[in-house]
Amino acid sequence: MSRLHTKLATLKMAGKTALIPYITAGDPNPKATVGLMHLLVEKGADVIELGVPFSDPMADGPVIQKAVERALIHNVSLDDVLEYVRVFREKDAETPVVLMGYLNPIEAQGYEAFANAASSVGVDAVLTVDMPPEESKGYLEALQQANLDRIFLVSPTTPDNRLSAVNEKGSGFVYYVSLKGVTGSKELDVGDVARNMKRLQQSLNMPIGIGFGIKDGATAFEMAKIGDAVIVGSALVKLIEANQSKGSYDIHLAIGNKMTEFRTALDNADALKRSGVEYELV
Amino acid sequence: MTIDFSKYPDEHGHFGPYGGVFAPETLMAALEQLKNEYELVKNDAAFLKELAEDLQNYVGRPTPLYYAKRWSEHLGGGKIYLKREDLNHTGAHKVNNTIGQALLAKRLGKKRIIAETGAGQHGVASATVAARLGLECVVYMGANDVVRQAPNVARMRMLGATVVAVESGTKTLKDALNEAMRDWVTNVDDTFYIIGTVAGPHPYPAMVRDFQAIIGREAKQQALQHENKLPDVLIACVGGGSNAIGLFHEFLEDDSVEMYGVEPAGLGLETGQHAAPLCKGKPGVFHGNRTYLMQDKNGQILGTHSISAGLDYPGVGPEHAWLKDIGRVNYVAVDDEEALQGFRDLTRFEGIIPALESSHALAYATKLAPTLSKDKMIVVNLSGRGDKDMNTIAQIEGIEF
Ligand SMILES: Cc1ncc(COP(=O)(O)O)c(C=O)c1O
Repeated sequence: MSRLHTKLATLKMAGKTALIPYITAGDPNPKATVGLMHLLVEKGADVIELGVPFSDPMADGPVIQKAVERALIHNVSLDDVLEYVRVFREKDAETPVVLMGYLNPIEAQGYEAFANAASSVGVDAVLTVDMPPEESKGYLEALQQANLDRIFLVSPTTPDNRLSAVNEKGSGFVYYVSLKGVTGSKELDVGDVARNMKRLQQSLNMPIGIGFGIKDGATAFEMAKIGDAVIVGSALVKLIEANQSKGSYDIHLAIGNKMTEFRTALDNADALKRSGVEYELV
Repeated sequence: MTIDFSKYPDEHGHFGPYGGVFAPETLMAALEQLKNEYELVKNDAAFLKELAEDLQNYVGRPTPLYYAKRWSEHLGGGKIYLKREDLNHTGAHKVNNTIGQALLAKRLGKKRIIAETGAGQHGVASATVAARLGLECVVYMGANDVVRQAPNVARMRMLGATVVAVESGTKTLKDALNEAMRDWVTNVDDTFYIIGTVAGPHPYPAMVRDFQAIIGREAKQQALQHENKLPDVLIACVGGGSNAIGLFHEFLEDDSVEMYGVEPAGLGLETGQHAAPLCKGKPGVFHGNRTYLMQDKNGQILGTHSISAGLDYPGVGPEHAWLKDIGRVNYVAVDDEEALQGFRDLTRFEGIIPALESSHALAYATKLAPTLSKDKMIVVNLSGRGDKDMNTIAQIEGIEF
């Protein structure tokens, strides 16, 4: 069983919602990434989602676009990202790491070469924004061979008839994109997410993580009530942007505080769930 | 050649290894809907009739096939004919496609259209059809292109469109496309994305090709009328590749017809400052399809350079990638200087001011024509007129407004 699968299963048994923070590798500079990953774990991350910088992040909003630009000033490549994971693994053998990015850097390496390299440094799963199940022949097999989980996205517009492909081809968890929009969008509609999650939970055979637009503890709390995992990205990355000129101490302080806000919200939601109190979905 | 080109792309949008649907999940349902709707209308008599009437009465088709006699004689070789897409309403071939997609948008009940544009011709064509149908229109344009194609920006605004200057990345066409995609993901329910070239996820490359293929169908008939034979050579510039595929497609199974797609060599293919993925790039996945791309060894998309905003794009339509690999079309490149000379030549020899994009095709004709005998017939796709390039040219030539 994969490290990711085990982790999510263990949390589920304990009645806990997984907190999955996202940062862009190499942001604000290559030296910062491994330290930030350890900080995220220390502040309650269950899984880390590490963004692979790509020159044209079509599905990302301005916050992550700028993070990618900061990383690319340093020419951070897919190989560099794998190196950060290797160094991270020297001190943390437990926290699953998911790479999130776009297909072309992986195409440039070749599916097999990439999958083997990623697996050997301790990557656990790969999420490629512009790789739908329909095109994933070759890619899927390469990841499978290397024992990497394949995360696919599902969105509010995904019709039921496409969910079976996700069940068949995906593994680890399903990433539910909570709104129509790019990362960091503002209007997350809690009621809408709840309705869609009901539908997804009936059809999907994997844990479901909810991401996009979760910017504070209050929203995270609502999402934790209905999802298996909560994914937060732009809210953290924004703090890197805001504190980059001040240096790593301030970045760590700000990220740490924000992580505590999210962790507390998830723990509160979990406590509520475990107490068995009936709660109304908004 | 024994390939049945009408069978491509396959049902998933693949031209051999190229094309496909590499799109964010949120768009998959919309792309599926578009594909199904397009499959319905493309054989629907009522739709085709409406399209044909619009092309005739609103766009002004058929466009002439004009023998550029003085220029041909000056070059002293093959006879050059120009397919006059510059005479279309709005001044370029782009409108052939926007008319078609706008009819689809209307059928799908969309209230809002978005478009990306480089030279501004596709933006103008989109703003035009939006005005005519009473739809809201937002056009994304790289901030650099907003400056160098200012006349078209003014036209779009007059037509009631919102022009958004895109400040991210390289501030050119690829970044405009990124931003249009982000808009579409956000507003997918009520918005129709009119892509301006034969790129993007399936069904766009096939659909845009089909809407542009009227160029080649007319040219074939007209060639028979003028010279009582098929052309020997076809030449078209290649940005995303829509005017080129529009001219070529009807002739792909005519083995005697040689074809040249002309990419922009910018400051020179060896300088890296160009936008010639077919000549110098390698395959990858970008903007929804697999195709030749300008990219570095890490798979990052490279910035491009061309004097022509409409060709300043690091990718190319997937069908061209395939036509290159199977050897059916030759892809060549001419640089900024050569294109400018093509611009000057046509202006001075024929009294026709071409777009800088089209000037690349003209420049290649000036190289090729002298090597051919006088009985050879060359058709150059004059994809657009040069009004929009007045600022650029005036600056270079020291002409004051
Ligand atoms: C006049 C003209 N020709 C050619 C092009 C290039 O596009 P394509 O390669 O799709 O024909 C443009 C794009 O803006 C254009 O305006």
